[in-house]
Amino acid sequence: MAAVRVEAVLAAAEEQEAEKRRSITVEKELELEYDLGNLLAVDRNPPPAAALRGAGPRREALLRALARDNTQLLVSRLWELPAERAGGAGGPLVAQLPEPTFRLPREKPPPKPRPPTRWEQFARLKGIRRKKKTSLVWDEQAKEWRRRWGYRRAGGDPSRAWLAEVPAGADPEEDQFARLRREKRERVARNELNRLRNLARAHRAGSAVPAAPLHPTGHQDRDELRRVSRVARVSTASLGRFQPRLPKESAEPPSRSGGKKRRFEPLLGNLAAERSRQLELLRDMSSKKPVLDITRAVNKQLRQEEAEAAAANKGKKQSKRGKRGRRQQRPGRSGKKSG
Amino acid sequence: PLIYCYRKPKTKRAKRFLEKREPKLNENTKNAMLIKGGNANLTVTEVLKDIYAVKKPFAVLYKRKNITRPFEDQTSLEFFSKKSDCSLFLFGSHNKKRPNNLIIGRMFDYHVLDMIELGVEKFVSLKDIKNSKCPEGTKPMLIFAGDMFDVNEEYRRLKSLLIDFFRGPTVPSIRLAGLEYILHFTAVDGKIYMRSYKVLLKKSGCKIPRIELEEMGPSLDLVMRRTHLASDDLYKLSLKQPKGLKPKKKKNISHDVFGTTYGRIHMQKQDLSKLQTRKMKGLKKRPAEKSAEDGGTTPKKSKSA
Repeated sequence: MAAVRVEAVLAAAEEQEAEKRRSITVEKELELEYDLGNLLAVDRNPPPAAALRGAGPRREALLRALARDNTQLLVSRLWELPAERAGGAGGPLVAQLPEPTFRLPREKPPPKPRPPTRWEQFARLKGIRRKKKTSLVWDEQAKEWRRRWGYRRAGGDPSRAWLAEVPAGADPEEDQFARLRREKRERVARNELNRLRNLARAHRAGSAVPAAPLHPTGHQDRDELRRVSRVARVSTASLGRFQPRLPKESAEPPSRSGGKKRRFEPLLGNLAAERSRQLELLRDMSSKKPVLDITRAVNKQLRQEEAEAAAANKGKKQSKRGKRGRRQQRPGRSGKKSG
Repeated sequence: PLIYCYRKPKTKRAKRFLEKREPKLNENTKNAMLIKGGNANLTVTEVLKDIYAVKKPFAVLYKRKNITRPFEDQTSLEFFSKKSDCSLFLFGSHNKKRPNNLIIGRMFDYHVLDMIELGVEKFVSLKDIKNSKCPEGTKPMLIFAGDMFDVNEEYRRLKSLLIDFFRGPTVPSIRLAGLEYILHFTAVDGKIYMRSYKVLLKKSGCKIPRIELEEMGPSLDLVMRRTHLASDDLYKLSLKQPKGLKPKKKKNISHDVFGTTYGRIHMQKQDLSKLQTRKMKGLKKRPAEKSAEDGGTTPKKSKSA
């Protein structure tokens, strides 16, 4: 009898568990796709079109049931995320959301990196790399580690330096302290000027600033003045051919297209050259041999493709070899005789 | 570096204002502008007001009517977008040919990217449903039902647009009890049903609560009309994310299928004879053994006579 009761109790408990689990499970043909970072779920199952056609409360009830099922699935997923109690034991339960996976277009294009400054360009050219400096320097006088700069720096307080040596070739009457102060002011001013110039260069490179005006504004820099002087030279009746010019400037006026268009010979110029050109043309037209040597062209094309492939392969491994390795590799690879 | 427009900012506040609007790696939440057209009727105005209530504070509702036609001329929309720094817009109008018209769209770099025209067939506003509402600014859950949202290209863009519109700010963590608002979109029979429900979390036996829904917010029955979608390459350009956003991969760390994290530690060569191990008294060398090892040399020195 006891066994029967135990069995009955177990069966009842089993029923209860199943009931609880049923209340939160939802049956779907196709699994939903979740993007928990956006709190998004996409249901690909085709909805019951026939049932939803009839207007009225039945449609609303159906839509609500569909929404309830989908929401249950989404919330189950969200509840499975790693959660913790924010703000101590009694605080609200907070779940850590993952990154959103659904790709949405940006609002604005991504920012362009700022162009390198004059020093950075020079350093890249020369191959100078940044030396990592230690933050503390040993001070011999104080016999301890002091900061490199700032409060209580290693060299002692510069404003309390009581001795300023007169350098070898200097004027003995000159005030050395004043000179040191003046030089520091000049250094600071030059640094600030360079910083602002770098900022202006970056800003100019970033945004398309409208073209500089042609009249002198007083704030023009070297490139703008060069452009303005070029335009001024060509704006005469004879298009700049008879303008007085500086000793090193070119005799020809700068062309408006900047040397991009074709240049034609004068009509009545070199008669001998014209004659020889015409005779050569006739010779080529009457000869049986084709002008384009097919084999040579094909070989040239093959060589070009091989060189490109070699360059692509080299590009991949370039970082490992270094300058010397690359230089040694180059003549061996691309030096091929013509076919 | 700041990209100034025409005038350089003279105050710190102006500089901060401009810095907020310039392109960034991690962008701000998109703002929406809700505009009334020249002949907007009551329905359309109510729709705009309700959507504004849902999207507050990331939306601006313009009170006056603006007589423009977005599908013909986009310059005025782009001007508004630049002035208010909004990249999403919802334009409502009404005429005999297109009654209760809503144009939903988004911008890229202050130029129109996508625009989809939807017709409102039925609208039930927030005021008409007499329930308790959820607090302003709640991040909604979004559910899209129906295979049309995957099959049809225009519906796919519409889905992307709706997610963009209603998504709200991106947050790293969320309070589980605060998941109160859900927007459910169903695409059936050429129509799109948008319903908003308030979520009630009921007790179920286990940790995960049982969901009950209560109809709350605006509910719209929409029909797709005209579309102006961006070309593929422009769309791809707008999707491009800068490299800095990719999470940096940590070397030496790997995960296996079960979720265990493995790492490699590189040690220097150790002299195993000098290892500090547990001292066991029984294994200690006795003096007799020690002298045998030393090869017979006695520790005591013998005195020479």
